[in-house]
Amino acid sequence: MNCDEARILLHALLDNELDAGHAREVEAHVASCPACAAELAAQRDMQRVLADTNLRYAAPASLRARIEASMPQPERRQPTRRSVLRGFAMGSAVSALAASGVVAVVLRQDDQQRILSEVVSAHLRSLQAGHLIDVVSTDQHTVKPWFNGKLDVAPPVIDLTAQGFTLVGGRLDYIDARAIGAVVYKRRQHVINLFVSQTSSTEHRPPKTQTMQGFNCRRWGERGLNFWAVSDIGNDELAEFVDKFDAAMKANVEE
Amino acid sequence: MPANEDLQKAQRFREAALPYLDDVYTLARYLLRDASDAEDAVQECYLRALKHFDSYRGPAMKPWLFAILRNVCNAEYARRAHRPSAIEDMPGAAEQTPIWQETEASPETEVLRSRDAGTIRKLIDALAEPFKETFVLREINNLSYREIAEAVGAPVGTVMSRLARARAMLRAAWTAEEEQAR
Repeated sequence: MNCDEARILLHALLDNELDAGHAREVEAHVASCPACAAELAAQRDMQRVLADTNLRYAAPASLRARIEASMPQPERRQPTRRSVLRGFAMGSAVSALAASGVVAVVLRQDDQQRILSEVVSAHLRSLQAGHLIDVVSTDQHTVKPWFNGKLDVAPPVIDLTAQGFTLVGGRLDYIDARAIGAVVYKRRQHVINLFVSQTSSTEHRPPKTQTMQGFNCRRWGERGLNFWAVSDIGNDELAEFVDKFDAAMKANVEE
Repeated sequence: MPANEDLQKAQRFREAALPYLDDVYTLARYLLRDASDAEDAVQECYLRALKHFDSYRGPAMKPWLFAILRNVCNAEYARRAHRPSAIEDMPGAAEQTPIWQETEASPETEVLRSRDAGTIRKLIDALAEPFKETFVLREINNLSYREIAEAVGAPVGTVMSRLARARAMLRAAWTAEEEQAR
């Protein structure tokens, strides 16, 4: 074996790609050739440093959500014309849940903190240019049907413009390894992301505010849905938003 | 409403292909050197993969996805007018240069200092194709030589010589970078 051959084969030796016979040949050459021995040592050294370094990239959650959304989705009950016209299909969302028989995820207590941090990350991502809104509309009758067929759940879309919170659109996001709906509102120049996912629990869980990385996150549960409202607006204003949303939602159901 | 077999196919595809999303995205980032182009390419790759999933017969999912991603990236190279050369079209001259000339300039016993991931990523980014691609598939995506050959459509011998050359170039660049940093 000459040096030219050894300089190629020593890599295969490092990668464990050589059969026993060739490995012996390379080792024999290296044992008798200081230059090739030095090269082998240097490459082994570099491989070790590379192995100790994280050189991978993690795919953004938004990319995963985009790919998921582009695939054929399991059958979902289409909301009735009437519920779409009402702009709020709470009843349809609940019955769709029951009809699809989807095993809803029960969150464990120790998962809460991780999910809060995912929610805040999703909010941060949404603030990057071009990531905020998939469907741009101030009309709840446009935003609401847009979610149909994209999610296991029909997120309530309620226009709160009259109450001082402008509906600006909707978006698919990805939280806790699942696609999730985000309804986007604005208060002055501040963005409020309202994330909605399904849950097995139908009982009411009162709103609770937590703060992470300077963002307020108010979380509550109602009629089989989990809600997270995230924004940089103050605690009081976020609580006001949640109260108005909740009141409007109840008004819709009782209609 | 999608037909039932479409749904089943999509579900099988999800289970088979989505676990490799980070791998595919990593390769796309190195090949395209741009986060948003990489995202578009990966999405296109998964769309095409789902479309051709019926004809997929194995053996391994990862090299198959990588082969599709390469095609998408080649189209992207073609689109970038300022970067006309596709992976396939690189001049062969570089491959014929003797490998051992690369490292002779630097003292061969010198031990490389560990660098932060960002610096090393930049050094890898700067490698010429098709060497970078082979290097990333081996060192970062952990493909065997045979799988790399399958993904890039080249003989194993070519994979070996490209890899040797890629590592020699990377080590030379790394050493040069250390000289500068001093």
